[in-house]
Amino acid sequence: MGIFSPGFTGRRREHVPDLPPGQYLERGFPVLTTGPTPHIDRRDWQLTLTTETGERRSWNWQQMLDLGPEEISTDIHCVTAWSKLGTTWRGVPLDRFLDGVETHAQYVMAGCYGGYTTNIPLQESLGRAWVAFEYDGRDLEPEHGGPARLLVPHLYFWKSAKWVNSLRLMREDSPGFWEQNGYSMHGDPWREERYW
Amino acid sequence: MTAPWVPATLVDARMETPWSRTLVLDAPEARPSLAGQSIDVRLTAEDGYTAQRSYSLASPAGTRPIEITVDKIADGEVSPYLVDQLGVGHMIEVRGPGGRFFTWTPDLPDPVLLVAGGSGVVPLMAMIRTREAAGGTAPMQLLYSVRTPEGLFYRDELDELAARGRIDVRYVFTRTVPAGWPHQAGRITRELLADFAMLPEHDPLVYVCGPTGFVEAAATHLVRLGHNPLRIKTERFGPTG
Ligand SMILES: Cc1cc2nc3c(=O)[nH]c(=O)nc-3n(C[C@H](O)[C@H](O)[C@H](O)COP(=O)(O)OP(=O)(O)OC[C@H]3O[C@@H](n4cnc5c(N)ncnc54)[C@H](O)[C@@H]3O)c2cc1C
Repeated sequence: MGIFSPGFTGRRREHVPDLPPGQYLERGFPVLTTGPTPHIDRRDWQLTLTTETGERRSWNWQQMLDLGPEEISTDIHCVTAWSKLGTTWRGVPLDRFLDGVETHAQYVMAGCYGGYTTNIPLQESLGRAWVAFEYDGRDLEPEHGGPARLLVPHLYFWKSAKWVNSLRLMREDSPGFWEQNGYSMHGDPWREERYW
Repeated sequence: MTAPWVPATLVDARMETPWSRTLVLDAPEARPSLAGQSIDVRLTAEDGYTAQRSYSLASPAGTRPIEITVDKIADGEVSPYLVDQLGVGHMIEVRGPGGRFFTWTPDLPDPVLLVAGGSGVVPLMAMIRTREAAGGTAPMQLLYSVRTPEGLFYRDELDELAARGRIDVRYVFTRTVPAGWPHQAGRITRELLADFAMLPEHDPLVYVCGPTGFVEAAATHLVRLGHNPLRIKTERFGPTG
C-alpha cells in the first residue's frame, strides 16, 4: 500500500461485507477454462465414483437425479478476483454419492470430460459440495460446465470442476490440474489461498 | 501464499488504436515472465478503495521493462483510467506474473497456431516476440479477428514479420474491411479456419485468446475440424463477445 493512483476514484463504492479479501463484485458470469468447451449430451453423461480400494459405482443422468437434488443459494469466488453473491443452483449433494460407501478417504480427486482434474478435501466438503446441473433456474450452459459440474462454493471456483464425470476417493492429498500448475492445494478464499 | 504487490512506474506509453494504449512499466521487483502470462494491476483511490484486474504481458518473456496493452471498455472501472489517465512517471501496483498454463516457450519445436479476438492478441504477441528474440524456427500462424482495421494492435510489426516470412498472418474484420480487401466482413467461421489454419495432421499447439464468446466459438470450430482438444489452450478475457 501507499501507492495512490491520482484521479482514480473507482466505480463500485457499495459496501460489500460478504466479499473475501482481494475480490470484487461481478454481475456477469465470466468463464475460465483452459481449453475448448466439451459438448456432452445428458443421454451420454455418466459419473463414476472409485474408492481407495478400487470399488466402483456409476450413475447415468436419471440415476443421478434419483439421488435427490436440492436447491442451493450461495456466493461463489473465483481466484481471478471476481465474486458473485447469492447465486442459485440445483444439484445433488456429494454426500448422496457416498451413501453406503465404505471409505477412509480424506480427499477426492474430481475428473472431467476434457481431462481436467482437481483435488478436494472430503470431510470439510460434506454438506458443502454438490454435483450441480442447473444455474439460475436453467440447465447449466456448456461453457459453465453443463451438463453437470461440481459446486464447492466454500473454496475458490477452480475447485468446482466443470463437466465432472469421475470422483476418485484418496487417502492422501494429491494435486489436480491447477494445483500442479502452482495453485493452492486447498484454495480457501477467506484466507486468500490463491496460486502463487 | 500469494505473490506480493510490487510497485510499477509508467515509463512510456503509446496508443495502439484510438481506444487502446500500450503501457511500458518498470517493475524491478516483478518476477520474470513467460510468454502468455498476465499480471494483476491494482489501483488505489485516495480513500484506500482498491480495484484490480488482470492484463496479459505483450513484452517478450523475461524482458524488462514489461509492457501491457489495455483496451478501453467504455463503462469500465479500471481500463479507462489506464488508457486515458495514468501519466508517465506515475506508479501503480502489480502482482505476478502468474498463470503457467497459457504459456509458450521458444524451445518447443511444434508448429504453433495463434487465434486472437480483439485484445486477446496481447499474450499471443508476447509469444511472437519471444520467438523473434530467440530466433525461433517453429512455424507460427496468427489468425487475428477485430471489428475494424483501426482496431488492430501492433499492425506495423505484424506486417513486417509477415513480409519477411517469419509468420503467417491473416486478419479477419467483423464489421468493416479496408478498401480493396479480398474478404467480406464477418466472424471467424469453420470454413475460414479450415482454409487458413494448419491442418490437425500437423498437430499444432493452438492458443486461442479473446472475449469469452469468441474463444468459445473459435475453440469449438477447431475441435470440430479435428484438432486435438488437449492441444488447444484458451484464455478468456471477459464476459462479452
Ligand atoms: C487473464 C486475463 C488477461 C487479460 N488481459 C487483458 C489485456 O491484455 N488487455 C485488455 O485490455 N484486457 C485484458 N483482460 C481484461 C481485463 O482484465 C479487464 O476485464 C478489462 O480491462 C475491463 O476492466 P474494467 O475495469 O475496465 O471494466 P469493468 O468495470 O470490470 O467492466 C465494465 C463492463 O464491461 C464488461 N467487460 C469487462 N471486461 C470486458 C472485456 N474484456 N470485453 C468486453 N466487455 C468487458 C463488464 O461485463 C461490464 O459490463 C484480461 C483478463 C484476464 C482474465
